[in-house]
Amino acid sequence: MSTLHLPWLELAILVAFGAAAVVARDEDPDRRRARSIVGAAAVAAFALGAMVDFLTVGTFEAHDRWDLLAWLLGHDLLVVDELSAPLLPLTALTFLLTILSTLRTARLRFSFAHALVTLGVTLATLTARDPLLLVALLVGGAAVPLHEQRVKGRSVRLYALHMGSFAALMGLGLLLRWLAPAAAPWVFALALAVRIGLLPGHLWVLDLFERGSMGTSILFLTPMVGIHGFLRLVLPDASPELLHVLRVASGLSALYFAGTALVQRTARSFFAAEFLCHSALVLLGLSLDSSLGVTGGLSIWLSAGLAMTGFGITVRCVEARLGRLRLDTYHGLRNAMPALASFFLVMGLASVGFPGTIGFVAGEILVEAAIDASGWLGTGLVLVAALNGLAVLQGYFRIFAGPPHSSPVDLRSRRPERIAILILSLLVLGGGLFPQPGIASRHHAALEFLGRHHGGDPAGPHGAHGPAPAALPSDRPAPTDR
Amino acid sequence: MSVADAVQLAGVVTVIAPSALLLALGLPALLGIRSSEETISRLTQASVLIGLVAALVCLVHMLATGNRHVPLEVGDWVVLHETDFHFHLKFIYDRLSVPFLLLSYVLVGTIGAFANRYLHRDPGYGRFFLLFAVFLQGMVWASLAGTIETLFVGWEFVGLSSALLVAYFEDRPNPVRNGQRVWSVYRLADAAFLVAAVALHHAVGHGDFDAMLGSTSWPEGRSLLEGSENLWIGLLLLVAAAGKSALVPFSGWLPRAMEGPTPSSAVFYGALSVHLGCFLLLRVSPLIEASPTLAAAVVGAGLATALFATAVGSAQTDIKGALAFASLTQVGLITAEIGFGLRYVALVHMLGHATQRTLQLLRAPSILHDFQAMENAVGGALGPGPGRWTSRLPLGVQARLYQLALDRGAMDNGIEAWVVRPFLALFRGAVALEARVTARLRGAPAPPPDGDAGQGEGGR
Repeated sequence: MSTLHLPWLELAILVAFGAAAVVARDEDPDRRRARSIVGAAAVAAFALGAMVDFLTVGTFEAHDRWDLLAWLLGHDLLVVDELSAPLLPLTALTFLLTILSTLRTARLRFSFAHALVTLGVTLATLTARDPLLLVALLVGGAAVPLHEQRVKGRSVRLYALHMGSFAALMGLGLLLRWLAPAAAPWVFALALAVRIGLLPGHLWVLDLFERGSMGTSILFLTPMVGIHGFLRLVLPDASPELLHVLRVASGLSALYFAGTALVQRTARSFFAAEFLCHSALVLLGLSLDSSLGVTGGLSIWLSAGLAMTGFGITVRCVEARLGRLRLDTYHGLRNAMPALASFFLVMGLASVGFPGTIGFVAGEILVEAAIDASGWLGTGLVLVAALNGLAVLQGYFRIFAGPPHSSPVDLRSRRPERIAILILSLLVLGGGLFPQPGIASRHHAALEFLGRHHGGDPAGPHGAHGPAPAALPSDRPAPTDR
Repeated sequence: MSVADAVQLAGVVTVIAPSALLLALGLPALLGIRSSEETISRLTQASVLIGLVAALVCLVHMLATGNRHVPLEVGDWVVLHETDFHFHLKFIYDRLSVPFLLLSYVLVGTIGAFANRYLHRDPGYGRFFLLFAVFLQGMVWASLAGTIETLFVGWEFVGLSSALLVAYFEDRPNPVRNGQRVWSVYRLADAAFLVAAVALHHAVGHGDFDAMLGSTSWPEGRSLLEGSENLWIGLLLLVAAAGKSALVPFSGWLPRAMEGPTPSSAVFYGALSVHLGCFLLLRVSPLIEASPTLAAAVVGAGLATALFATAVGSAQTDIKGALAFASLTQVGLITAEIGFGLRYVALVHMLGHATQRTLQLLRAPSILHDFQAMENAVGGALGPGPGRWTSRLPLGVQARLYQLALDRGAMDNGIEAWVVRPFLALFRGAVALEARVTARLRGAPAPPPDGDAGQGEGGR
């Protein structure tokens, strides 16, 4: 296997845990935040270094130079490949910007130490190669929100029930890898369906957003490590039947969450529904098992990761000033928070793939791949996009339109929030105006992934465009391959 | 620089002038920098003038050389070689696009000048012109689009700016609700458009209008699609056009859209945006010509819209409502003309109607003043006007027709009652079920029917 020039991965993870240890001992909330920012920035720098270094190496996968863990254990534990390389700096950036945008009012309640631990665990999860380690990290990572909720005296029953099921199924899946390998992907798929919140195992996600810390929920969910689990543990060995089940489940979930986003009563549950929808769309793309579909899924993973992070940070910033936001009334906040209003709109439009934003071409690719697979699936996907667009603008109007909100204090965004907002906006709009490099890299990763798991045929078993499409209305012939 | 190069440059300028304006207005807004009214006004003027002059250069060149079809290939914005997926950007200057482009620049410039005074010192001045820039960008791209994906980009920009301008007076709930309603119809139209665009790619391998409709100048061209493909794609595009141009049964959003400021009402619903659906149908007119069923559907939609709008317009009680339905009547007729294959007639009709309606809508706030001025000029009260043929019907029938017209055909109510409410009720039921199941799994009491499971806990 190729080698990076420096031990970027280990450094990133070690710095994350080290910073968490330092921050946990700090009493002063402002100093905790400042040190967390420094720590997260360092991790982001190492993660970016890992990606850039990986690009210069020019292979599908690579491990750290002077890999301490490999030296100790005799095999590579942490590996970066084309699938995970851009996710590392994206994840680190998500954490950095969330920490940066934490207002003073929230510093006492938000656990910076937990955030850094979650960062380290997430990076390790995204680079774990060994299935046992990956399962352990996925299960262990779920413990952080559990611990945080317990410490704050909140009910953990729902969360524990779901994550307990997830952990048990993951353990069973590991066992079946040796005993009955054909069944293992099914069990892993069931476990990870709970983890990513596919219908009907999604209740814990809504509950976590409603009752937990918004910041912690964003950090726990937006990297979509559950999807990563699908990529490593399910899709390489998935049978056509399992892929079909995943397509149907993710398609129905996406449609369901897009519809429920329109009727959610709080900003948090609205955000949670939008997130679950995008998560399902990513899985849908990956399960189409065509180079176009996997490209679409990987591209939406990146675009939705950025957009949903921005979206979530905006909601968090608004709530930090005004408390929980109900969406059954108009709040009239645009004049009081003009920058946040613009940001909400830009991020919301990016999340639904508006032209000029990062998700546009990714969405087009996914729709095309879905129509290749089935006209009805493609049409359903278009309907999901339409509903998401409706929900985003409705959310915008409910929060920022209406009789102007009057407040004795200045509610405008502070400099750290503006910096976070600006960075994300530039990435979202820049990626939208110049999508080719990002899309091409995801496409190459998709081809490599499919090639490795379909006997060397990079187009997959069904070709570039997936399985033969299902019949459409009777007087329309099925589209032909180009 | 040769003449050909100069014309090529002019073509590029017409496309990027609105993009430059959008960047110049959008970037400061993103950075939290407030631009003065003078700066905004001058930037808008400059962009429109430069774009208009460049468009005129293209027109003069085309007239002088007799070349009625000038493509401007930008190339593949995104391409994935192994899969044949490509997003191709191409612009066409032809008998359809150039008049519409000129109309766009002229009317946007005119209305921009009007709005500069009309919205002077309005707190939303900057927001208006930013959305105006988004609209101009969309119109230029849609007018000049040489591929269906390029047209889709323009289409989306027009839709977003339109919905946000309807909700311009966002301190009142009604404009906001109407903005959301307009957006809902547009999203449906966009969905149909997107499916049509992807289906087109599947059918012919790309979305290039030249290749799809024959590499000849508009309006010559013939559809290269097979029978049923042609019909289905055409019907999807008709749905898209119907949503954008407020054809039946989507007409309900047009009078609601008049909630926006007068300049946006003029430019969107009198002049440009409302004709975008007709423009789309004109662009793909060879598809309509190739399918009698599709042509009949287009004619039917157009005539139904014209009849509906005539009836409803006669019962309107406010000037902008009356003008909205008057616009719709003409849009319906234009659509029918397209269905009948009268493409030049439809184009000329569109251009004339757009300019006349713009004038009427810009004068709408002064209607009382104009009416009084006319009475002063005449020297007495103006008469009630000739009676309608409906006055010969029994009173009961007249009353019912009047009620139906006042209810705008009850289409909005029908869509609300039969589509929107059941749809939302289904998902509200699902959310309520989620709340009950969640409460049970948490071991908490069931939430109240009003469903507020989330308050009271949770940090930041």
